[in-house]
Amino acid sequence: MRKLALSDEILMQVEKPARYIGNEVNSVVKDKKEIAVRFVMCFPDVYEIGMSHLGIQVLYSMFNAWDDVWCERVYSPWTDLDALMRKHNIPLFGLESQEPVKNADFLGITLQYEMCYTNILQILDLAQIPLLAKDRGEDMPIVIGGGPCSYNPEPIADFFDLFYIGEGETQYRPLLDWYLENKKQGGSRLDFLKGAAKIPGIYVPQFYEEVYNEDGTIKERKKLYEEAPDKILKEIVTDVTDCIYPLKPVVPFIKVTQDRVVLEIQRGCIRGCRFCQAGQIYRPVRERDVDKLKEYAVEMLKNTGHEEISLSSLSSSDYSKLNELLDFLIEDCDQKHINISLPSLRIDAFSLDVMSKVQDVKKSSLTFAPEAGSQRLRDVINKGLTEEVILKGAALAFEGGWTRVKLYFMLGLPTETEEDIKGIGDLSNKIAATFFDTVPKDKRVNGKVQIVTSTSFFIPKPFTPFQWAPMCTKEQFLDKAYQTKKGIMEQLNQKSIKYNWHEADVSVLEGVFARGDRKVARAILEAYKRGCMFDSWSEYFHNDVWLSSFEDCRLDIGFYTTRERADDEIFPWDFLDCGVTREFLLREWKKAQEETVSPNCRSQCQGCGAGRFGVGVCRE
Amino acid sequence: MKIRIKFAKYGTMKFIGHLDMMRFFQKAIRRAGIDIKYSEGFSPHQIMSFAAPLGVGLESTGEYLDIEVNSMKNLYAEDLLRVNDDLHLDSQDKRQKIMTVGEMKDGLNRAMVEGVEVISVGVLPDTVKNAMASVAAASYRLHCKEGAFGIADLEQTVRDFYAQETIPYTKETKKSVIELDLKQGIYEITTEKIEVNPKFLKPIEYVECAEETELTDIPEQLEDKAMTTAIRMIVNASSSGNIKPSMVFEKLCEFACVEIPASAYQVTRLETYTDLAKEGETHQFVPLAACCLDTGN
Ligand code: SF4
Repeated sequence: MRKLALSDEILMQVEKPARYIGNEVNSVVKDKKEIAVRFVMCFPDVYEIGMSHLGIQVLYSMFNAWDDVWCERVYSPWTDLDALMRKHNIPLFGLESQEPVKNADFLGITLQYEMCYTNILQILDLAQIPLLAKDRGEDMPIVIGGGPCSYNPEPIADFFDLFYIGEGETQYRPLLDWYLENKKQGGSRLDFLKGAAKIPGIYVPQFYEEVYNEDGTIKERKKLYEEAPDKILKEIVTDVTDCIYPLKPVVPFIKVTQDRVVLEIQRGCIRGCRFCQAGQIYRPVRERDVDKLKEYAVEMLKNTGHEEISLSSLSSSDYSKLNELLDFLIEDCDQKHINISLPSLRIDAFSLDVMSKVQDVKKSSLTFAPEAGSQRLRDVINKGLTEEVILKGAALAFEGGWTRVKLYFMLGLPTETEEDIKGIGDLSNKIAATFFDTVPKDKRVNGKVQIVTSTSFFIPKPFTPFQWAPMCTKEQFLDKAYQTKKGIMEQLNQKSIKYNWHEADVSVLEGVFARGDRKVARAILEAYKRGCMFDSWSEYFHNDVWLSSFEDCRLDIGFYTTRERADDEIFPWDFLDCGVTREFLLREWKKAQEETVSPNCRSQCQGCGAGRFGVGVCRE
Repeated sequence: MKIRIKFAKYGTMKFIGHLDMMRFFQKAIRRAGIDIKYSEGFSPHQIMSFAAPLGVGLESTGEYLDIEVNSMKNLYAEDLLRVNDDLHLDSQDKRQKIMTVGEMKDGLNRAMVEGVEVISVGVLPDTVKNAMASVAAASYRLHCKEGAFGIADLEQTVRDFYAQETIPYTKETKKSVIELDLKQGIYEITTEKIEVNPKFLKPIEYVECAEETELTDIPEQLEDKAMTTAIRMIVNASSSGNIKPSMVFEKLCEFACVEIPASAYQVTRLETYTDLAKEGETHQFVPLAACCLDTGN
């Protein structure tokens, strides 16, 4: 029987020991004697969050399908175990082998959100791997970063040996082959990194250096190794139907955030909302074949025993075969008592019909994401949702028996005025009024409609048209939230509207990491040393520690957030090519200021640059 | 039709709690293609009843759950025909359309993980109460994980312990303090020699309060295995008078004047029993599996 890394005594002390024992259905244990490469895949957050991530399941299946590779998983030990591991000097271990991570050849860390950056350091620290790439010896694992945050890897560049830019399915085999080849030749760690830098999509940070102007902006990027590429183009899967899919995803014992089969129906998004990074970096849209998806659904439900299935994509309503797929799922799942959890669909007659078939109308709620309170501002951000469409959708839904509506907005968008903020309350109110107009008194369930209006704070992200935009200060954010609240309180139907807003401190910090340069690494390291981790968990977020860490590292938060950027400023992430050109993004930034919308990929191609891949929607 | 499933839980799986085991079986039953019955209503759930919850950290060779099925059909047998060949179906999936209870057991075992094993599957007469309501008693074995308990003459101590007129126990919960007499609920308590991993031979150190402490139960090493003395008991496990083996052990330690931390010993539930005796008669404990008509094994 497998021996666990942790003693019974420790496991009985910690919350949810099942997080650390592995052994889940469909987890893969191989004979290590027959393995050439050991890869540990990490999601730097607690097990329940990490296990819910589709990307890791994809890579886990891909690696383990190769006979010479064994891929394991590891997640951030929760704070209770973290303390015990430090106290007893227990090295971080892979869930499958229960052996130390530091014995692996690779440690891959997925970077899904900026607020996990201190957890990267926690993982390295517990694994007993030096935090800085330059301090790692020959026998240490190669630490790889990937995922959306690697589109600006600079704030964490010092912690990684290399980054994989783009979709993981394409270049891992060549990378591992080169690793084995180099080992055979007796090559060093540095030899490996030099060779790796020549593989498409691979970025080796230690071969570059940022040179700054006096004002702190970037003057140039210097190469420290001549043969390293000047620009690194993201990797992309050309045929999403004919690529690996995790038909046997690992099934956790404990309840996790996504406790269901996930079908990724397409990659990318045709919409081009100007604040959205995913909408740019995953371009172009590539749809998966609907027949293949049906097979996957049947097979995955059988292999997991899950009682729920959900669809995943950035904008499911744009999937061209959505009706066919949903019809199939509704019929198939009904027989098997499987629930379908719908992604947020554009609200219209079709989606309401589907929703009424799979959800309890009385209990479920409708979701609209207008993102901005006025049509003017929605044009600025290129969100093609009009008030008319929202109110029509709401009326239809209220007729169908729904009484709960969720609305999502952003505060602090470029060009935002008091009028736009007022629009949030107005729109919430109009939706409530629509309910009272559409549903006669005697038909009202509890006589009420429930509207939940939520706002988050806008954070400019790299590779979006808004990468040039200044971000608000914490005080401005809070004032905007206050104005929103006031605006809602003044409404006639204010009793039907509940208002939630996001925390401002975390948003400011996220803004720093999103557009930060290499200097920011110092502050992250400092904050970690002072005890910061699990920053995305509000109970563990210590803003004061962060502020003092930045101060002591002589870094100005405002430089990264509120500063206005010139059209030709060199950004820390400019050496990466996400497919979409800087010219296109700048064009969109100008159009935003002129309040002009851009049509989506299907109505009219905007020549964003992703057409060069010659796949998906660009070829339709 | 009602089906009773008996299973063992051991090794790393002892850290999976009761609710998670229920979820595990719900999914396993789906994976095995069993035509389980669902409740009515908007969010139907599988009709399933577990006998007695097993605490985290305990192992067991006598766990039970009852399910209700519509038929003995293998639900995936038909599905498989619809799925394309290029999905490389495992050969295990080329199963019969109608399962016997034996095949159901095999199917479930293919859906298990290391540390959970289905021991038997049997058909229950409709008149039998469900697993949870049937439970009357359970037998347990307690042994030291590494070495021996360090209780002088364990056999005699256990006998003397059980010979007491009463064994008062104060049970403190968040809401209340209850005084119990454990003696009423301990139907049997003895010692037995069991085989242990010879790696764990050193007796652990305890805080002793006895005057003379002669370790008479140090494991004796035979060639490649070692023997140690374990404690075995049958106690009340019904919903009204459930006794935890740790409660009995705590009192035993008190009686023997030793302190043994919970992490030092392993508790294994050996079997779960129902009582065939009528009110007032002496107990007649039989394993829950004995109620089945057809066990197919
Ligand atoms: S090239 Fe045109 S169609 Fe292709 S992603 Fe860009 S805008 Fe859309």
